[in-house]
Amino acid sequence: MTELDKSGAAAEVLTGGDTRGAGPRRPRARPGARGRGVPLPLLVPALVGLAFLLLPLIALLVRAPWRTLPDQLTSPEVWQALQLSLICATAATAVSLVLGVPLAWLLARTEFPGRGFVRALVTLPLVLPPVVGGVALLLALGRNGVVGQLLDSWFGITLPFTTAGVVVAESFVAMPFLVISVEGTLRAADPRFEEAATTLGASRFTAFRRVTLPLIMPGIAAGAVLAWARALGEFGATITFAGNFPGRTQTMPLAVYLALQNDPAAALALSLVLLAVSIAVLAGLRDRWMTAS
Amino acid sequence: MTHIDHVSGGLPADDIRADGLDAHLVVDRGTFCLDVALRAAPGDVVALLGPNGAGKTTALRALAGLTPLTDGHLCLDGATLDRMAPESRPVGVVFQDYLLFPHLSALDNVAFGPRCHGVSKAEAREQAAKWLDRMGLADHHGAKPRRLSGGQAQRVAVARALATHPRLLLLDEPLAALDARTRLDVRAQLRRHLADFEAVAVLVTHDPLDAMVLADRLVVIEHGRVVQEGAPADIARHPRTDYIAQLVGLNLYKGQADGHVVRVDSGPDVATSEELSGPAFVAFPPSAVTLYRDRPTGASARNLWRCQVAGLETHGDQIRADLTGELALAADLTTVAAAELNLHPGAPVWATVKATQTHAYPA
Repeated sequence: MTELDKSGAAAEVLTGGDTRGAGPRRPRARPGARGRGVPLPLLVPALVGLAFLLLPLIALLVRAPWRTLPDQLTSPEVWQALQLSLICATAATAVSLVLGVPLAWLLARTEFPGRGFVRALVTLPLVLPPVVGGVALLLALGRNGVVGQLLDSWFGITLPFTTAGVVVAESFVAMPFLVISVEGTLRAADPRFEEAATTLGASRFTAFRRVTLPLIMPGIAAGAVLAWARALGEFGATITFAGNFPGRTQTMPLAVYLALQNDPAAALALSLVLLAVSIAVLAGLRDRWMTAS
Repeated sequence: MTHIDHVSGGLPADDIRADGLDAHLVVDRGTFCLDVALRAAPGDVVALLGPNGAGKTTALRALAGLTPLTDGHLCLDGATLDRMAPESRPVGVVFQDYLLFPHLSALDNVAFGPRCHGVSKAEAREQAAKWLDRMGLADHHGAKPRRLSGGQAQRVAVARALATHPRLLLLDEPLAALDARTRLDVRAQLRRHLADFEAVAVLVTHDPLDAMVLADRLVVIEHGRVVQEGAPADIARHPRTDYIAQLVGLNLYKGQADGHVVRVDSGPDVATSEELSGPAFVAFPPSAVTLYRDRPTGASARNLWRCQVAGLETHGDQIRADLTGELALAADLTTVAAAELNLHPGAPVWATVKATQTHAYPA
């Protein structure tokens, strides 16, 4: 302990011992305290990593066809894909909210056997390759799928390769984000507010609706934005389950991929739009995430 | 406290009363077991007093239905509540940290209960406004809980609990969250509201002074069991365990204050260090009392009373003397001092208390 103290003091002396006397009163006014002594083996990979993450985005901005951009973005194909993307992502977010918030409540507020296992299953789509999700959806809800068969013969409903199918695929991938976010907020919220509501005559559902829901609204909003962003960018599950039909199931990411093969300029324009949306989402969530440090 | 089962005669003692609370609460949690019987008539204020972890809050939660009973029964005004869902019970709760809904204004917090009981929104808000006005919060209808002071939040919480017209009002450490200064005012106000309350009130506290001021009956709980119950003064004078002797060792009197003197109702004057006027309480611990066999000469204490020893009880190396006479009081002294004074029941003594060791506060 004393050895450490001594070496610490020695380091202080070497780097500017005269600040030490005023140290306790001055709250960390040492300039460059953070930058001082960052070891090269950490600094170099860190900078390379940063460049690696930023370079593609910068390239996108550099090579963007800024002059023809207005024409590209107003072309009916782009407009169609953008419209479809926004509608489907919003619908998928709505589905996630209606089903996901109650699911999060169940996971956070009730005790039942195998709850940990159920939570693991809920989060599985987070790590599952989206293409696998699409295949699984086909097996479940496809025309010959386990449930899809019944939907087809009883109600005449077919989901694959329809706009509704896009919503289903996006919901499957996006809902876990919402559930995880809302469940976390619910766990952090004081359950005794629900008890207080109960003693005032509120049923458990009324307590949820009038007390818990308003209290966890920030978490729900963050989860919804996250789910919406995930749905907007969804590619694998969508193309597998819903196909790639312009105007019906061709969302922005699908359009970008297709355009890249025959019209790279259009692909660039579409990518820029998605980048702008992503930055907007990040800006919307900055209070929640960017203040972590 | 009227015991109907005694008056009506011929009925077995454990017969369920028509009115008030009759509960036997058993909550078994494996490592901890609560087994407490509680009875109270309408208008009674019962205080559950005990150390932390004694099971007071568990008892309160069981009464509210937030913790299920393992065994026992719970009857209120003749109706059985054992299996009734908490939202259906005619029970109001004031939680320790109030748990006011942070997203609702004070008015909407109070209106929440009536709304849940099927009252229209306009009517519920009207009722809530009346409650807040009664609590002296007419200017704070629209305030969100975080804008309220501790004392104001406490009053909103009481109003919210009372707005559903409960037949049983439960208060969990109602004054614990307040600072010492607000505490005196809020306690006096709460005492008035409890006095006006026509149904049963049960409050949980670890502070004997709060219990003695607010309640007309104390139930002392240790390790999940009732160790003693009765009127505050009786318990203070005849503590059954060392813990109670220590905890409830308090002489408490009600009277009229005038400057540095409190005129105790049908008793002598008590000089205090605080300056007050109007209805007041005055309290001092038994350890502050000094006893003499002969009238002390030149004693600096302004409080000097002629008393008689009614009883002596040993607690550890302390003896608690129960005194009657000019002022009924409890005094603590060492076994050595008791022997030197040759104290025995019936012995005349002079009791003195320094004014600086008494505390007076508004009733």
